[in-house]
Amino acid sequence: MGNQVEQTKEIMELCLLAGRIMLQSGGETYRVEDTMTRMAAALGIDNTNSYVTPTGIIFSAEGTGPARTKLVRISERSTDLKKVALVNSVSRGISSGEINLRQAFEQLNEINSMNLTFPFKVQVAAASIASSCFMIMFNGSWNDFIPAMISGGVGYLSFIYFHRFVPIKFFSEFLASFVIGLLSFLFVKNGIGHQLDKIIIGSVMPLVPGLLVTNAIRDLMAGHLVAGLSKGAEAFLTSFAIGAGIAFVVSYL
Amino acid sequence: MDVIIQVITSFIATGAFGILFNAPKETLIKCGLTGAGGWLIYYVLNGYSEDAVLATLAATIFIAVLSHQLAKFYKTPVIIFSVAGIIPLVPGGMAYDAMRNFVENDYNTAIGLAAKVFMLAGTIAFGLVFSEVINHIIRKINNRRVKHL
Repeated sequence: MGNQVEQTKEIMELCLLAGRIMLQSGGETYRVEDTMTRMAAALGIDNTNSYVTPTGIIFSAEGTGPARTKLVRISERSTDLKKVALVNSVSRGISSGEINLRQAFEQLNEINSMNLTFPFKVQVAAASIASSCFMIMFNGSWNDFIPAMISGGVGYLSFIYFHRFVPIKFFSEFLASFVIGLLSFLFVKNGIGHQLDKIIIGSVMPLVPGLLVTNAIRDLMAGHLVAGLSKGAEAFLTSFAIGAGIAFVVSYL
Repeated sequence: MDVIIQVITSFIATGAFGILFNAPKETLIKCGLTGAGGWLIYYVLNGYSEDAVLATLAATIFIAVLSHQLAKFYKTPVIIFSVAGIIPLVPGGMAYDAMRNFVENDYNTAIGLAAKVFMLAGTIAFGLVFSEVINHIIRKINNRRVKHL
């Protein structure tokens, strides 16, 4: 009996760990709930309930003995789709019975501590290339290609550095878009760039909360109204911060 | 020629976005292809009918259905393929224009543009919902086929 209660506790810890990694890495709310329920069911606890919002997970399991409930707070969120995919494959492994509780624990702990992000330089390079390509896609001209590339890359770089310096996401987004606006303005003023609007739109794209918007919509459609609305609010605040940063440059310079 | 440039740039841009979202390395090319396909549909339809709403709807449905099928095939979460592809469709340029007009005290133009941005964002949402329905239908047809065999 005591052994089984112990096992219920372990299974709960496993599910919560998986859920936490997924939520912190930008997985959709309904996927987090689905993964935790599936994992618990595959390990022998059929009766589980979970309530997931972007800022916390409440998970309760009714195994043998009294029902247990645990709350996990999520404070830091980033985007790391590889971790979502890895946790997903661990959950698939448990469902199909290929790995047991202990192995799953080891794998999840490993995933949690791994730093899977692309190298910093690659990320900045990707941001600059994406900016310049978006500038072309929005009917910009080729002679603005290099300015958009530089201001997009510097904008993303400053976003990361400001975020390390002041850990308030909206403020660092505001500052980053301000830097983008300023740089693009200087490029146009010195005759290196030509169309200010196109350069700014292209360079701002890496900061745009596209993932949040899609996730918010998917969550709302899956019936997670609280999670969907709060993600929508985050997306709105982010775009407002970007807009304010650009507006500052456009109106005062 | 213009279309080819658009396809190439959208492929690179969505692939680069895959890197920013830290998608697994082996899916980056597929992300790029999904995004390029969606943008091609948007670009051609938008140029042909001058109706951004219709073009966005078609492109969103294409991306969402394709990424669902890819996710099923490669056994990875859908979000990896769909997110990068949808980014180009987000009406960022128009939102910028709207905001710029607000700042310059031209509220009439700004509100018109803001309404359009809202319409386009709603269209993306509607496209995602619609594709969910299509996915359900595809799944049902497949299930029935399995049962008949």
